[in-house]
Amino acid sequence: MSDAPLLEVKNLSKIFDLTEAAWLAALTGRSRLLLPAVDGVSFSIPKGKTFGLVGESGSGKSTVARMTVGLMQPSNGSITFDGKPVSAPGGGRGIGRGRLQMIFQDPFASLNPRWRVVDIIGEALLRKGMRDSLARAKRAGELLDQVGLVAVDGEKFPHEFSGGQRQRISIARALASEPEFLVCDEPTSALDVSVQAQILNLMKDLQDELGLTYLFISHNLAVIAHVSDVVGVMYLGRLVEVAEKKQLFKAPQHPYTRMLLDAIPRLDMTTRERSHVVGEVANPMSRPPGCHYHPRCPFANKRCKSEDPKLKGAANFAAACHGVEEGRLPAWAAAAE
Amino acid sequence: MSALLEVKNLSVEIPTRRHLLVPVDDVSFDIAPGEILGVVGESGAGKSLTGAAVIGLLEPPGRIGGGEIRLEGKRIDNLKYRELRRIRGAAIGMIFQDPLTSLNPLYTIGRQLSETLRTHQPLSETAAKARAIELLDEVGIPAASERIGQYPHQFSGGMRQRVVIALALANNPKLIIADEPTTALDVSVQAQIINLLKRLAADNGAAIMLISHDMGVIAETCDRVAVMYAGRIVEIGAVRNVVQAPNHPYTQGLMASIPRLGKDDARLAHIKGSMPRPTDIPQGCAFHPRCPKRFEPCDQKRPELMKGDSSQAACWLLQREADQ
Ligand SMILES: Nc1ncnc2c1ncn2[C@@H]1O[C@H](COP(=O)(O)OP(=O)(O)OP(=O)(O)O)[C@@H](O)[C@H]1O
Ligand SMILES: Nc1ncnc2c1ncn2[C@@H]1O[C@H](COP(=O)(O)OP(=O)(O)OP(=O)(O)O)[C@@H](O)[C@H]1O
Ligand code: SF4
Ligand SMILES: [Mg+2]
Ligand SMILES: [Mg+2]
Repeated sequence: MSDAPLLEVKNLSKIFDLTEAAWLAALTGRSRLLLPAVDGVSFSIPKGKTFGLVGESGSGKSTVARMTVGLMQPSNGSITFDGKPVSAPGGGRGIGRGRLQMIFQDPFASLNPRWRVVDIIGEALLRKGMRDSLARAKRAGELLDQVGLVAVDGEKFPHEFSGGQRQRISIARALASEPEFLVCDEPTSALDVSVQAQILNLMKDLQDELGLTYLFISHNLAVIAHVSDVVGVMYLGRLVEVAEKKQLFKAPQHPYTRMLLDAIPRLDMTTRERSHVVGEVANPMSRPPGCHYHPRCPFANKRCKSEDPKLKGAANFAAACHGVEEGRLPAWAAAAE
Repeated sequence: MSALLEVKNLSVEIPTRRHLLVPVDDVSFDIAPGEILGVVGESGAGKSLTGAAVIGLLEPPGRIGGGEIRLEGKRIDNLKYRELRRIRGAAIGMIFQDPLTSLNPLYTIGRQLSETLRTHQPLSETAAKARAIELLDEVGIPAASERIGQYPHQFSGGMRQRVVIALALANNPKLIIADEPTTALDVSVQAQIINLLKRLAADNGAAIMLISHDMGVIAETCDRVAVMYAGRIVEIGAVRNVVQAPNHPYTQGLMASIPRLGKDDARLAHIKGSMPRPTDIPQGCAFHPRCPKRFEPCDQKRPELMKGDSSQAACWLLQREADQ
């Protein structure tokens, strides 16, 4: 069954309880503070493909990422990898460790400061069953080389590296366990554009050679456009648009996606004021009823303010917007590059 | 107008067991009041260390090896710790590259902001809290008054980054060093922060050093830009000139590596090889082993910054052009 998706996420939700102490809230009669960070998200990724995830800061991307690799329990919904559940509500893990790996948004927090780089990478190799320490050191050197560092860097500690160099170490560590599925949360935003190009080319090569599958999160839309096959756009915990990459960038449907594309900083607009950003940043604690985007949307009408738009369309061409459904949005004209 | 910040021949040393590293080597630049200077360059080139050295926050064993740093004409590189601390809190705002380490995980966001405010301003607790909410609002944290009682781990990556920005701006600093302030942010919040920085420069006359890998952000925000490679400034000039007509082959390679929307190449261009470590910086121009345009003098003599048509660059090609 080659066309079954490798990863399938269905109706995924995560609610954080921000109440300091539940019993205190009960006692004082104050309502509990609940934050629905992810709200009914569904998507799937075929083997060997890349799903790009973009969206407002705080819209739930990292939370989705952590749940897909089993680092966090969903409040609701299911995630299946290669036909097996990633994390059952009971806590049992059906998936062998190492098959899913994650590169974290924050390279500073994810490397053990007391370990040498060679040991950080070596631990992942050991877990894969590589018992010979010399072989581990050699393999660690190769991995460092692959991400544009040098083998002798293995002798150093994380604090001896710059931000971008540390991010490359965490990429090398993730590659060490030869994963089939890699979640990359802002993997290259700490890197200069030339090293970024090296890493993105490397990831592409690995995909071509080994059939790796990626979930790729980034705020850099040009990077997303470069790496993705299909792109999902999140806003306040919900997927508001899913489209094949070319489609999304040529003819974005959802008004939020359009605003994002308009806000991209451009090289040719030296010291221009950016005028396209409209409205207040969304507040996940009190999400507007109906379409969460309606207070910022130039096309909002009465229906938008009360009725939740559902993601409608084909698997690779869908938007959650009443305006799109009713066909009353104007055609999109891209700002000239 | 005279410069607000002057950095002259700054070098940073890190003694290690085997070597004395010089990851920042003879760097000079200045920033006028109201000016935004961008700093770009290879990862590991010394951008963060330069920023940390300017405000006296190098982590030991790192130290200033030579040079002078002046704020409003007054030397600040040789001040006593306490004096420097006072200036730092009141006149300098620093946004660090890693938001997590600048926030205390045990204190609420509100407490961290109020304490920063009250250390340098005579504010009551209530006034400090009100100002803290105002600051969070300015950097685009929604429902600031509700979230002020929460801890850093309850915020998303981009929200923590905005809290760090709010902390840096709390006392209306004259000099702001912003190290990758917008990398963790989506483009719309990014635009908001950029507009805020521009406003601080234009209205308060703040001088801003903005370190970023995002050329789009640099192009839209900065007046001038400095390009660093292996511990040195290899090109500096008006942002429009450096972005559109770079003189140094390293800058040219950098500009060519940017992924652009609408350009659908399977592979991105990148500069072959990697930057030398501070332990083995090659003789001559440090970029020569990777440079597609190198010629005779490049592996012999180290080029200093020279005036080109549109910017200053440390490259022998400029000398050759001038000679012809
Ligand atoms: N451990 C946690 N406890 C409480 N709230 C959390 C926790 N982790 C995340 N949140 C909240 O959930 C929401 C989504 O956070 P998440 O980190 O997934 O956002 P994101 O889309 O990755 O944002 P960014 O682009 O800024 O990284 C935010 O409002 C955040 O404050
Ligand atoms: N404590 C240390 N010990 C040894 N080397 C160090 C130490 N701190 C920094 N370095 C080295 O100094 C160089 C400059 O580091 P710096 O953090 O300034 O780079 P950067 O230009 O900010 O890079 P990035 O864009 O990746 O953040 C790097 O090569 C780094 O490995
Ligand atoms: S549903 Fe309505 S408010 Fe929401 S994006 Fe579409 S047009 Fe705008
Ligand atoms: Mg995130
Ligand atoms: Mg840095």
